[in-house]
Amino acid sequence: MDYDVLVVEDSASMRAFISSTIEELDGVRAVQAASGFEALKELPRRAFHLVITDINMPDINGLELIRFIRENDRYAKIPLIVISTEGSQRDRERGLALGANNYLVKPFDPAQLQELVTRYLKGGP
Amino acid sequence: MSEPGDASGGKALGDFLSEAQEIIEHLNRDVLKLDDNRKRGQHEPELINNIFRSAHSLKGLAGMFGARGMSDFAHALESLLDGLRMGRVAIEPEVLDLLFESVELFNQLIVEASGGAKVAKRTVTGLKKQLEKLLESARARAEDNPLELVELEPAMLGVLTEYEEYRLVDNIRRGMDLFRVRASFDLMSFDEHLAKLTSVLKTAGELISTLPSSAPADDQAIDFDLLVGARMEPAELEALVRPFEARVERIPRRDAQGRPTLRDLPAPPATPAPAPGRARPAAPPAAGGAEAEAEGEGEGAEQRAPAPADLAAVSLRSVSQTVRVDIKKLDSLMNIVGEMVLVRTAMQAISEQLKAEQGFSGLAVDLFKAARTFSRRLDELQAGIMEVRMVPLGQNFEKLSRMVRKLSRTAGKEVELRLSGADTELDKLIVEDLADPLMHILRNALDHGLESPAERRAAGKSETGVIRIDAYQKGNHVVIEVADDGRGVDLDRVRAKAMERGLVDGERAAELSERELLNLLFLPGFSTSDQVSELSGRGVGLDVVKTNIANLRGMIDMHSVPGQGTRLLLTLPITLAIIRALLVRTSEEIYAIPLSSVIEILEVAGQRVRTLDRREVLELRGTTLPLLRLQELFELPAAPPSEDGQTKVVVVGLAENRLGIVVDGLIGQQDIVIKALGPSLAQVPGIAGATNLAGQQTILVLDVGSLIQEARLGDMGRQA
Repeated sequence: MDYDVLVVEDSASMRAFISSTIEELDGVRAVQAASGFEALKELPRRAFHLVITDINMPDINGLELIRFIRENDRYAKIPLIVISTEGSQRDRERGLALGANNYLVKPFDPAQLQELVTRYLKGGP
Repeated sequence: MSEPGDASGGKALGDFLSEAQEIIEHLNRDVLKLDDNRKRGQHEPELINNIFRSAHSLKGLAGMFGARGMSDFAHALESLLDGLRMGRVAIEPEVLDLLFESVELFNQLIVEASGGAKVAKRTVTGLKKQLEKLLESARARAEDNPLELVELEPAMLGVLTEYEEYRLVDNIRRGMDLFRVRASFDLMSFDEHLAKLTSVLKTAGELISTLPSSAPADDQAIDFDLLVGARMEPAELEALVRPFEARVERIPRRDAQGRPTLRDLPAPPATPAPAPGRARPAAPPAAGGAEAEAEGEGEGAEQRAPAPADLAAVSLRSVSQTVRVDIKKLDSLMNIVGEMVLVRTAMQAISEQLKAEQGFSGLAVDLFKAARTFSRRLDELQAGIMEVRMVPLGQNFEKLSRMVRKLSRTAGKEVELRLSGADTELDKLIVEDLADPLMHILRNALDHGLESPAERRAAGKSETGVIRIDAYQKGNHVVIEVADDGRGVDLDRVRAKAMERGLVDGERAAELSERELLNLLFLPGFSTSDQVSELSGRGVGLDVVKTNIANLRGMIDMHSVPGQGTRLLLTLPITLAIIRALLVRTSEEIYAIPLSSVIEILEVAGQRVRTLDRREVLELRGTTLPLLRLQELFELPAAPPSEDGQTKVVVVGLAENRLGIVVDGLIGQQDIVIKALGPSLAQVPGIAGATNLAGQQTILVLDVGSLIQEARLGDMGRQA
């Protein structure tokens, strides 16, 4: 079984790192989006099993993306993980309030990300 | 679970570092712009937000590659910048000083993270404390909550980031009207249209937030709510966005009691009602006219769109079309081209041989044609790769202006830095290696060259000193001139110092020409300054600059007029990667001389060579040309004198300097790829590197710059 994970992050190196980290897991394929706009375009293209997003991004921010996903019937059930930088606690809490399932703080432990991804792909809480 | 990806090693680290470096460059540019804006009394919230975002991204990246110090420092800077963008901290000169220092520190921390010089912990914590102190003193201000003054849906408020919320508050405080602009776009091309709409809205006011609507009516479209703060009538804004079929609603204000004010009574529709005229996909209404077409999908749409909108669309595209490449990859491509040059030479030789054996017909003609086409394409390929390596010198200028700004304040001198030729292009490696020497030259100019404002006034000059950097291309070289209008070099002091150091005796010292005296300044440890100033530091002098420039196979010349200033001329090759060379033979050894430095080739009768001051020279058209014999320099066995009694001399030159290299024979021209020598040979003066010839024979490439310096400074340098 293959899993498509949408990785939304404006920093290219961070995006590549997150993608390669999760692609080490069996059957996981990362689809990268460099901005909220790109994420909006990617979403309808396939049935994603998980979305990982940054909060602070140009064009639309991560919170807006989370709301968009949660309030749209087609995407509402996709699990969502927020990866934000330490210090943006208020924005992180808003993300959870808007329906994100979990969050990680940069710098994060790659093993921790893999664990979270595994959990949500298996349909965990 | 498999071993998790390691962010602190290998490719990931390189990626993080180079992105961090890029962010720092942006940061620097933005801070310079902020300084500029402040001087002109302009306020640009978006610029400050960009600076904040840079610090924020740096913090994240630094954390990932394990640079704890950098990440902590970025955090402190981010907090201060947060204060700036939230309006809690004012943009004062001392804040800008701290920002400039922070950028500088980031540069050093990056060097440290890539395995370079360590940064003193004290420096980091010191600056960090200053940042925190500044923020602390600004924090006292209390906040009211003007958000209660507007009727904004909680759903909209809930997705604003802290910054967007602040911008909203700021707009309310300044008495701006708030509008919600709702537009619907085709899913596949919404970003282009949205970019255009956004730039139109920015002409009206401030775009606070862009929200994708959660309930699109069909799969092919997407709706957006744009929150805008502007001071205008709804009808005006409507007129502006009409080409986009967007709807405008004013967000009602409440009075002090929290009741909606009369003029705003029509309440906003709670859920997104489908926009009127939403006939998708992207069909302009029949009565649309030229204006409406600007938003349509037609090929003509872009030309007809308003100009600022076009710009936005263009910039969106250009960002996504840049590729970042490790320079080593370009080097290896260049090496392959070098190998192919050898193949070409072999092919041409075969072609010639075939022609000689079978006459110019049949296969010989085919091969000749193929070889010629191959040769042309190879030239194009080579030029293409070269072009990719070229970067504008302007990268360095930014760093330099930052440094001059800082140093001039430390030294209490007024300086104006005038830069020209920022778009002059050089090989990336050369541009990078130029940063240090240029910085040192500027320090010298600031420290020794320019006088204090009081001295300048006394000398009848304006109090503000001027340092000019002009870069321009000259043939195969790039010339960088650094000139100041300071006091110039005191030649008598140089003379006295030379005698004191025992470099020359009194008699000889009196005879030294201006040029020879100036050349003395490039000797190791030679300094006319008695007290060591904080600026130039101890023990690093122009000799280091000379070595750095020589390593780039460049040349440095100095001119000085007492009371009027000093001018340094750096002459540099455009690239080090591949060059056209003249192959010469001396004592059975073959050497390559970069053709760009070859001026002419002479055959002279042996008796015309004279000896002057224990050195061989040649009188040539009224000037004296110093000669250099390669077999003496490299201690080779002397070749028998040529039968015809003629001496072959290759005249080379860089900037205004000339040198004649005596050789036994000439072989021809060839493109060569220079390879670096191992550490043991790298120190031998006069050699730039090695290259492979067809048949894998390895020969040495002469370094004309250092040969000339050697011939010019040789005796004195050895005595020093």
